[in-house]
Amino acid sequence: MISDPSIFSPAPVLEGSDDDQLLRVSLGPQHPSTHGVFRMNVVLDGETVVALKPVFGYLHRNHEKIAESVTYLSSMPYTDRLDYICPLTNNWAYANAVEKLAGIEVPERAEYMRVILGELTRLINHTAFMGFILGDMGAWGSALMYAFRERELILDLFEDLTGARMMANFMRFGGCRNDLPAGWAEKCGKLVDDYGPFLDEMEKFLVGNEILLARCQDVGQLPPATLINGGITGPMLRAAGVNYDIRKADPYGIYERFNFRIPLGEKGDVYDRIMIRFLEMRESLKILRQALDQLPEGDHVNPKAKIRGFKPPVGEAYARIEGPKGELGFHLISDGTVNPYRYRVRPPSFINLTLLEDMCLGLDLADVVIILGSIDIVLGEVDR
Amino acid sequence: MTADAEAILGEIRAALPNAAVSLLKNPGPAAQHSLRVGNDDLLRVAAFLRDQLAFDLLSNATGVDWPEAEKADAVAIPEAEAGTAESGFLETVYHLYSTSKRIGPLVLRARTADRGDNACIPSLVSIYRSAEFQEREIFDLYGIVFTGHPDLRRILMWDEFVDHPMRKDYVAPDDYEYEPTPHDDVLEKAKKHYPANP
Repeated sequence: MISDPSIFSPAPVLEGSDDDQLLRVSLGPQHPSTHGVFRMNVVLDGETVVALKPVFGYLHRNHEKIAESVTYLSSMPYTDRLDYICPLTNNWAYANAVEKLAGIEVPERAEYMRVILGELTRLINHTAFMGFILGDMGAWGSALMYAFRERELILDLFEDLTGARMMANFMRFGGCRNDLPAGWAEKCGKLVDDYGPFLDEMEKFLVGNEILLARCQDVGQLPPATLINGGITGPMLRAAGVNYDIRKADPYGIYERFNFRIPLGEKGDVYDRIMIRFLEMRESLKILRQALDQLPEGDHVNPKAKIRGFKPPVGEAYARIEGPKGELGFHLISDGTVNPYRYRVRPPSFINLTLLEDMCLGLDLADVVIILGSIDIVLGEVDR
Repeated sequence: MTADAEAILGEIRAALPNAAVSLLKNPGPAAQHSLRVGNDDLLRVAAFLRDQLAFDLLSNATGVDWPEAEKADAVAIPEAEAGTAESGFLETVYHLYSTSKRIGPLVLRARTADRGDNACIPSLVSIYRSAEFQEREIFDLYGIVFTGHPDLRRILMWDEFVDHPMRKDYVAPDDYEYEPTPHDDVLEKAKKHYPANP
């Protein structure tokens, strides 16, 4: 432990005194526009943001330390609670990393099930995002109700399959916990068919909406090179026109078999970030349709994969997937025992906040709320 | 596609002949081999990787605590001439990707001299902005001091917290939950924290 307290940087002293009329506002942590318990210390000159320092940790429970003291499988239900809007992609990312660490094969049917569940999760995340971002703009309630109406239909499918609406705990190393129940694929196919009209309807409300255009266009842009350097991934990066989607750039699972495109934005403002998610949902529907049509028979889990006393060989692995919010990675180090020696989550929500201050400087306080909304964070993942 | 650490090591050695870089083999099935970079050369090597080899995305930076150095050598096996690790140390592991060439991860490792007052590693924030919060997190949870970091403060734990909870020898406090009627083991622990009843 470091004994010398002088190594701690002092809390940042923000320029300005009472004379030049700067106003310090602590935005959050208990405020609906912060999507949970996120706090920003903002310094305002009139309405204009001159400094913004995020404050983290209100939901911190040291997930990584807990994972080091339990077996590999015991962390699986805990990953549901990271980004609790999309537990199944968290499950997938973790299972993917352990499979890489231990060299476990995944049967074909399980890969298809994972793709179906992963893309359904992307639909849930982006649909809920539409509701939240409109709430941030003042359309409080109705947009969220429409979004959650559709989300609930997908959660019904998850409940049929996993027994839980949200805390699925469904993936296992080498596959999935159980097979699809009878009739599930047909129900899912019907949902996929019905989802397009919902998106059409939602888009009709939004694309030409004057308030949305006025609030979102030319807000929160940064150059693509800055975004890459800042570690921004996912829809945020693609909205700025960078063609980088891990499903294409570093394919995992069976994504190479599907025919889909990566939508790209032009300017990278908040409007592009909203529209890119609409387009991604339409691509997800394409992937879902193909996956449901091709779904093979077979094992839902690798019968050789060990569950009790599972000890991966000594070594380390980093594996990542394209989560709905960005690159979701797990870094695992095994020392040959039943517990991971090191378990690290690479949380996209947390790292996407790195450039929050840069995006907000010089804009109005009201813009901060929608820029934060467009980053799409979940505090369970930010604070871990 | 995993980056070929051996080939990249060759390119680094050709461009920066004095840099202390060595290959560490990963014995596991993932076979993600890593490059250990000396602390004095870390910034030079990172700048070379970013500017010349197009590793523009520092995706992940993380800390690892190795109180027993032999364990570190078992996970990342050094080449014979590089010699084994010294006494316990803290380590940072970086995962670099190239968005244009679409290769990665390239795993870099940097190690502190010890786990005490010399637990320092140069900060990569000047080269990769994405390290800013991640290095703060490593500082917070492991106590590695990143020299040159613009704003090195605790990030997840509260500012008044002492100690670094992700270290292997961290002992969790036993007073995190108030017990109104302590008994047995809890009473023994509680005596340390609360004044005895008059």
